[in-house]
Amino acid sequence: MRAISTEPVLELADVHVRIGGSHVLQGVSLAVAPTGVTALLGRNGVGKTTTLRAVVGLVPRTGSIRLAGDEIGRGRTPWVVRQGVGYVPEDREVFATLTVAENLRLACPDPEPERAALVHELFPELAERSRQRAGTLSGGQQQMVALARALLPPSRLLLIDEPTKGLAPRLVTEVAAALERVAQVTPVLLVEQNLPVVRRLAGDVVVLDAGRVVHAGRADELLADAGRTRELLGVGSKS
Amino acid sequence: MSTFVLLLATGLGLGALYFLVASGLSLIYGLMGVLNFAHGAFLAAGAYAAWWAAAGGLPGAGGDGWGFVLATAFGVAVGAVIGASVELLLIRPLYRRHIEQVLVTVGLGLVGVALLRGIWGADPLPFPRPEVAAGVTTIGGAAIPNDRFVLLVAAIAVLLGLLALLRFTRIGLIIRAGVENRSMVEALGIDVRRTFTLVFALGGAVAALGGVLGSVYLGSVSPGQGTSLLIFAFIVVVIGGLGSLTGSAVAAVVVGLVQQLANYYTASGVGDLSVVLLLALVLLVRPGGLSGRAAA
Repeated sequence: MRAISTEPVLELADVHVRIGGSHVLQGVSLAVAPTGVTALLGRNGVGKTTTLRAVVGLVPRTGSIRLAGDEIGRGRTPWVVRQGVGYVPEDREVFATLTVAENLRLACPDPEPERAALVHELFPELAERSRQRAGTLSGGQQQMVALARALLPPSRLLLIDEPTKGLAPRLVTEVAAALERVAQVTPVLLVEQNLPVVRRLAGDVVVLDAGRVVHAGRADELLADAGRTRELLGVGSKS
Repeated sequence: MSTFVLLLATGLGLGALYFLVASGLSLIYGLMGVLNFAHGAFLAAGAYAAWWAAAGGLPGAGGDGWGFVLATAFGVAVGAVIGASVELLLIRPLYRRHIEQVLVTVGLGLVGVALLRGIWGADPLPFPRPEVAAGVTTIGGAAIPNDRFVLLVAAIAVLLGLLALLRFTRIGLIIRAGVENRSMVEALGIDVRRTFTLVFALGGAVAALGGVLGSVYLGSVSPGQGTSLLIFAFIVVVIGGLGSLTGSAVAAVVVGLVQQLANYYTASGVGDLSVVLLLALVLLVRPGGLSGRAAA
């Protein structure tokens, strides 16, 4: 029987990001659990999206970023992604002029059968719409394409940025269910504003404020404390 | 009637030449956002390389038959190597610095012309005319020089080849995705820089082919040849819609025909003016060009 690793899949230590004249991340240090979902929370503009972009190298960063113990913080984006970091950006960023099949083929021309089966199981609608241009899909369908695109390659970690943003309540439930299944296969660092979704999915939470980590711990413990949640996130934890 | 047919064939041939030059520009701008003002130097370098090869510089090459095919292939290869080298050495360090890119490519264009002038002189050199291009074909009573057809066949082959590359290959898929969202392509683990080099090489190769066939059409090769063709190629790219190959193909035909017909039916020189007026009209009515793609 193989021992389950408890070492973090991702560790950030003293990560700084400066964009233009702004010091957006000011020494972020955090760890992502090797299984399940770790939620990255905080008010708007505190650096959540920038943290994910820093991990994949889409913004210039300093500090240490380790994936399963290996330093990836100095690599360019394509190399970081090929080390096993899947990225689902805010607003999906599917290639609108390409078909669904082309979007998926671009991400992974030859997926492992288990990965392809998982995508088919989670998003059966994509097979029916494989020849449709991604730009003509609904927001929920585009989110499915974006998630499938990150799932097909053999990722060791998924970074998912606000997957339920702008979706109708029914679709939020569907996406949350899909993420729950995804997290059984690959650990996820999730940026999410929807606290019921966080409550359903996340085991751990990290809270950012003004480019710094101000809280890290169990998700259920934070969300059970309405006062602390309001203090950190500016919203109530009920609903 | 025969005059009109001849004008039509010449306009189409000229349009084909413009397309050969414009297609590389369009691909490079579409994927990389680089306005390559050195493209004319690629064209002239390819033409001079083919001339040198045909003049005995390359064993087996010559001014006719397979010898000319080999000389042309050599010119195209030189264009590709120059394109790839320029991307690797000069453009890559300047990604996302568009003003500097423009300055570098303008400078490179000037240096290229000066270099060719320094080596082979400023005067036009007679360019070999293979037998297939030297003859005429009579259509509708008009004796049409075959070089027009050679240009047309080459342009159609390049258009179909590039469209097939974009539609059916992984490189084409990466190029199409990169035109839309370069960062996201990289976020899928794909190193777009390799594709940039390839696209520059491809642009250089097609420009060189345009240089060789343009020299056959003109009967000579000169250092400034690329620069004068480049102006019309830019007009074609803007009218067609920046980054659109099919838009460029249609625009090239329109520009070639307008230029020829205006020159003949009004006065010499009015053709160039008509093309500029056409550009202004298209930009006023449809700023994104025929394909609707405007500069970012």
